[in-house]
Amino acid sequence: MGIELKQVSKRVGAEMHIYEADLVLEKGGFNILLGTTLSGKTTLMRLMAGLEAPTSGEVWFDDKNVTGVRVQKREVAMVYQAFINYPSFTVFDNIASPLRVARLPDAEIRKRVGEIAELLKLSPMLDRMPDELSGGQQQRTALGRALVKNAPLVLLDEPLANLDYKLREELRDELPKLFENTGATVVYATSEPQEALMLGGHTATLHQGRITQYGVTAEIFRKPNTLISARVFSDPPMNNAIVDKQGGTFVLADGIRWPVSGKYSAMADGCYTLGIHPHHVTLGEAREDSIAINGLVQVAEISGSESIVHVDIAGNPWVSATQGVHPFEVGDSTELQMQVERCLYFDEDGSLVAS
Amino acid sequence: MAKITLENIRHSYLPEPKKKEDYALQQIDAEWSDGSAYALLGPSGCGKTTLLNIISGLLTPSEGRVLFDESDVTDTPTTERQIAQVFQFPVVYDTMTVFDNLAFPLRNRGIAEGKVKTRVNEVAKMLDLENSLNKRAAGLTADGKQKISLGRGLVREDVNVIMFDEPLTVIDPHLKWLLRSKLKELHQQLGRTMIYVTHDQTEALTFADHVVVMYEGTVVQVGTPIELFEHPAHTFVGHFIGSPGMNILPCEMSDGVVHFAGNQVRTASTNLPSNGSDNIEVGIRPEFVEFDDEGFPVEIIKVDDLGRHQIVLARHDSNMIKMIVAEDAQIPSENPCISFSPAQTRLYKDSWVID
Repeated sequence: MGIELKQVSKRVGAEMHIYEADLVLEKGGFNILLGTTLSGKTTLMRLMAGLEAPTSGEVWFDDKNVTGVRVQKREVAMVYQAFINYPSFTVFDNIASPLRVARLPDAEIRKRVGEIAELLKLSPMLDRMPDELSGGQQQRTALGRALVKNAPLVLLDEPLANLDYKLREELRDELPKLFENTGATVVYATSEPQEALMLGGHTATLHQGRITQYGVTAEIFRKPNTLISARVFSDPPMNNAIVDKQGGTFVLADGIRWPVSGKYSAMADGCYTLGIHPHHVTLGEAREDSIAINGLVQVAEISGSESIVHVDIAGNPWVSATQGVHPFEVGDSTELQMQVERCLYFDEDGSLVAS
Repeated sequence: MAKITLENIRHSYLPEPKKKEDYALQQIDAEWSDGSAYALLGPSGCGKTTLLNIISGLLTPSEGRVLFDESDVTDTPTTERQIAQVFQFPVVYDTMTVFDNLAFPLRNRGIAEGKVKTRVNEVAKMLDLENSLNKRAAGLTADGKQKISLGRGLVREDVNVIMFDEPLTVIDPHLKWLLRSKLKELHQQLGRTMIYVTHDQTEALTFADHVVVMYEGTVVQVGTPIELFEHPAHTFVGHFIGSPGMNILPCEMSDGVVHFAGNQVRTASTNLPSNGSDNIEVGIRPEFVEFDDEGFPVEIIKVDDLGRHQIVLARHDSNMIKMIVAEDAQIPSENPCISFSPAQTRLYKDSWVID
């Protein structure tokens, strides 16, 4: 099912929770709503589900205006951050519950629950009670209940937030696959940029009740349309610095300079905000497309396969992300390689002008 | 501050444990040096919280002894162990000011008010709380409150050890790195013995000098971040550290040579068994698998664009192999072949590394 929001807004009292939003979600796609707490992700989902009515605007499912349609009539399934299961029901009965409500015959229920359990690797646990399951199994049970309905719209509100790190990694890998063949349109809310990238699909970035950008996940990560979208969709944060374009040369405030290459030559002279992702400011040897910048290490974080080093460069905080484990002590001086062909330039309104 | 010694610790929550599975902690022997930062890292149910509770005195182990320096504290109650604890959720007195919250552990012990003031101001400075000392705690955000909990953990100077139990759970992802860096910095400034429990590898590897990886009630490796990444002692460490984790593949020994699916593989392991294939596996991280025309053929199943790099899922025979390649790397479209970097390839027997 395709979902479209047309100028949808939501005001609660004097507060705007969602400003006029336009969004077209393709049928059968995996869509991510990315933003911090209170950016409007949950409100947007509740508007799609029909749990809340918009203050203005319309919600369309395919070619049908469903704005006034109640949640029970919308054919949506929703999974929340906290795993909600019936504590006195077995896993089987939990997954079967929406089908019982729909009064499906027993044989059909057994067949559908069996298939879903197989998919979610819950088959050996069908007779257990929820409190005998691990957190991951409980959340998979809740997912099973959402899947078994074959709802054309599935809303997942930070469903992995309460799970162990490694389990989340596995489920992030599995989730898009689970829905791939169901034809359902999936909307997935998260506050973590890394999670959005692992899930793929399309992403809408949200900031203070506004959708700031929507597109293919990895593409909008690479090319945020504004500094705000860049901030929402980067962790560690994108590096920003004031840069002056003077003819054929870019000059960073602290005197670092490099030539303007072909793809940036159409930019007018003047000041811009440079944006560059931490993984394009790396430790190690000089590259053809890099210039060296020097700074002092403030702190080094290690994620297991990546080192994230926070560096003070002429009084400004920069972040560098490099593959592999590179230990540092606070106060070490280091040379970073900035890949100048990866730089993004934003104008004074914060809009992307060259990349 | 104190050195912590764990001697023959075993623990079961059952009254009469018999089998190995009855024990939440199998057998722990450790000596943790004074002033170092340790992290206990593992998935839920691995025993890390049990171990933490044994050190803090909330739990008496079924077997074994706990020593702070040379004195046996196995049966000493928590209140007499001189430890500070910071929990997952902020423990803050909402009606008190930030100052009074930080002063609480000191006033409780009858410390003179002049000294209290000095200490609170010092700690507030470390945590950038100087400007909110007179505010009521009730008005603060979750991370503001958690900073107070951290401050209360740090304010006493007479503690043997400071323990943190998943202290960053409630913190917004965008702010996590700030607090992670702060904790690391505080350890370097204070030189206290600190123990940090987490399931998040980034938190553990960033914070600790020594990471204690736990799995099914056992310590599988104690190492620096580099050791855990480059030289996992157990396949679980390979899997758990790194994202995605290490590829663990079945293999066969014949005449002292390692064969993976019929292909000869060179490894960094030297004490190789001459023959056999029982419980022998080869471990190689996705970072060290490369496209190589001289290697063995694979079928590319999937390429995920994670923005910063690509994760390639390749199949050889019936084995799935993950590899991490650069974001701008070309994935060969015809007859792709891969190889493992020998210096980073290791053999594992019964899940333990062969050196």
